[in-house]
Amino acid sequence: MSMLETQALTREFGGVIAVNKVDFFVEKNMITGLIGPNGAGKTTLFNNITGLDTPTSGKVFFEGKEITGTPADRVCRLGIARTFQNIRLFKELSVIDNVMVGRHFHAGNSHNRTIQAILSYLNVEKEEKKTYLDAMKWLEFFGLENLRNEKAKNLPYGYQRELEIARALATEPRLLFLDEPAAGMNPQETEDLMKTIRRIRDIGVTVVLIEHDMKLVMNICDNITVLNYGQKIAQGTAMEIQSNPAVIEAYLGKDEDEEDDEE
Amino acid sequence: MLNFFILILIYTCIYAFMSLGQNLITGYSGMLSLCAAGFFAIGSYTTAILTTSFGWSFWATLPIAALLSALMGVLIGLPTLRLKGDYLAIATLGFAEIVRNIINNWDALTNGPMGIQRIPMITIFGIKISPYQKYGFLLMEIIMLLICWFLFERLASSRMGRALEAIREDEIAANSMGINVTKYKVVSFALGAAVTGIAGCLQAEFTLSVSPGSYVFMVSIMVLCTVVLGGMGNFVAVILGAFIIQFISYLPQLIGLSNIIPAQAKQIIFGLILVIMMIYRPQGILGRKERNNKKAEKNWLLNKKEAINEHA
Ligand SMILES: Nc1ncnc2c1ncn2[C@@H]1O[C@H](COP(=O)(O)OP(=O)(O)O)[C@@H](O)[C@H]1O
Ligand SMILES: [Mg+2]
Repeated sequence: MSMLETQALTREFGGVIAVNKVDFFVEKNMITGLIGPNGAGKTTLFNNITGLDTPTSGKVFFEGKEITGTPADRVCRLGIARTFQNIRLFKELSVIDNVMVGRHFHAGNSHNRTIQAILSYLNVEKEEKKTYLDAMKWLEFFGLENLRNEKAKNLPYGYQRELEIARALATEPRLLFLDEPAAGMNPQETEDLMKTIRRIRDIGVTVVLIEHDMKLVMNICDNITVLNYGQKIAQGTAMEIQSNPAVIEAYLGKDEDEEDDEE
Repeated sequence: MLNFFILILIYTCIYAFMSLGQNLITGYSGMLSLCAAGFFAIGSYTTAILTTSFGWSFWATLPIAALLSALMGVLIGLPTLRLKGDYLAIATLGFAEIVRNIINNWDALTNGPMGIQRIPMITIFGIKISPYQKYGFLLMEIIMLLICWFLFERLASSRMGRALEAIREDEIAANSMGINVTKYKVVSFALGAAVTGIAGCLQAEFTLSVSPGSYVFMVSIMVLCTVVLGGMGNFVAVILGAFIIQFISYLPQLIGLSNIIPAQAKQIIFGLILVIMMIYRPQGILGRKERNNKKAEKNWLLNKKEAINEHA
């Protein structure tokens, strides 16, 4: 069985079938790409896997266990983290606090430590120091440590995207979902992002990314799944996808035409 | 005059307890709740009934009142906390009105509109804390308030406080970071309710009587005002807010103009304060207290230096 698998996953919104009987596979230690035109259902598929949305039918398996309909916080604790297409940082909190939120459930080992948080000054201080150190490792991973005390909302766009990934990684996921991480980035930033994604893979985190930047997808993805109108129309390596007629028709063809027009 | 100022301080303390609770619920967790009056009433009546009908000591009623308020907080929290902004405000407002109606009509328990009189005074080690000798009462209040304030401050600086702020900033993102949003919302609601209940106990012991007329919607508005005025997410600021609100509401009496300025004028003033603050200084007088990671940061810098030295 693959690390993550969906079986005939379907999500309907009223009459719209946003995701239609999709079998999606993610192999361990690989970078998987999820592509498709706007409105193809990519974000909806992410949401239904990560617990922010509940599928109409179908199943989700993670590391052999069924997780269909598990709430988002439990999915995260199971080892799946994510970022969002429209950046969702804790804007008024500092950069380091954003990452420390990602350490939240690692910091507490007993079930409910509210009482302890109120009563034990020493424990809280010790716990906070450790959380800070653990969080700082992820800021250093992205070279953001000098911005640690800035408010998240004051960061330049590209850094905000990186901070969101840092925050997700701080939860120590085995599987990381990135929803259009390069959106709004310039070519240099996109280049850096590619290197970063490879580094994330190299530390043992399996990555799934939704991306519109074809160059990025074809370059770094070991495996690509293509959605169109909620259905999976192809799956394979970059080479296979590039030469797949259905894909060319639905997506790449149009895209290349546009690029040709621009040139 | 001085006596009157002490009276203002005594009410400042009572409201400060409620402000702490409202600040946790609204300032930290970002939930617009409007039912302080409900929990205030539950606290007051718990103390009033247990001391008069069952002969309990005030100190024994205190934890019961806090627990009962917290329990009510959980009961109304579970179904309503999923509601957003205005909807939550309306639902909680409804709850406070239900509480007031119950105490107004459950004659057998609460003596209805007549209320409960002759509540025994608080005693500590045999010493009476009489509300007529205001200094003693004020001192006791201040000590209790300091303890509560310290505990709430600790809670806010722990990872739970950070989780609440994350929920306030972006519920969906917080949820995706492994935070059980419902659990934390309910816990903060319950703790806010508990400390508001404690304010009610003190109110009952200060006036030595309780009646439904003291637990009207205006109380919830005044408590919200203290938080908006002082500064959301800042416990010191909301205590300052409580003082200003009490000062304003007793100003006509303080300067001897209470027969010229009607009591209703304060309602207009509070409304104006809310509007003016929202337009010109939405963060409140002191503004939000930023999270303080200084000690942890120092510890990190130290560790880094050591690591570099080891390499060298
Ligand atoms: N909450 C929702 N309610 C109704 N329709 C939705 C909702 N979320 C997504 N959709 C619809 O589902 C389809 C797929 O959307 P989405 O998953 O965001 O596409 P993609 O991420 O591939 O661009 C679109 O037609 C969109 O309008
Ligand atoms: Mg999308």
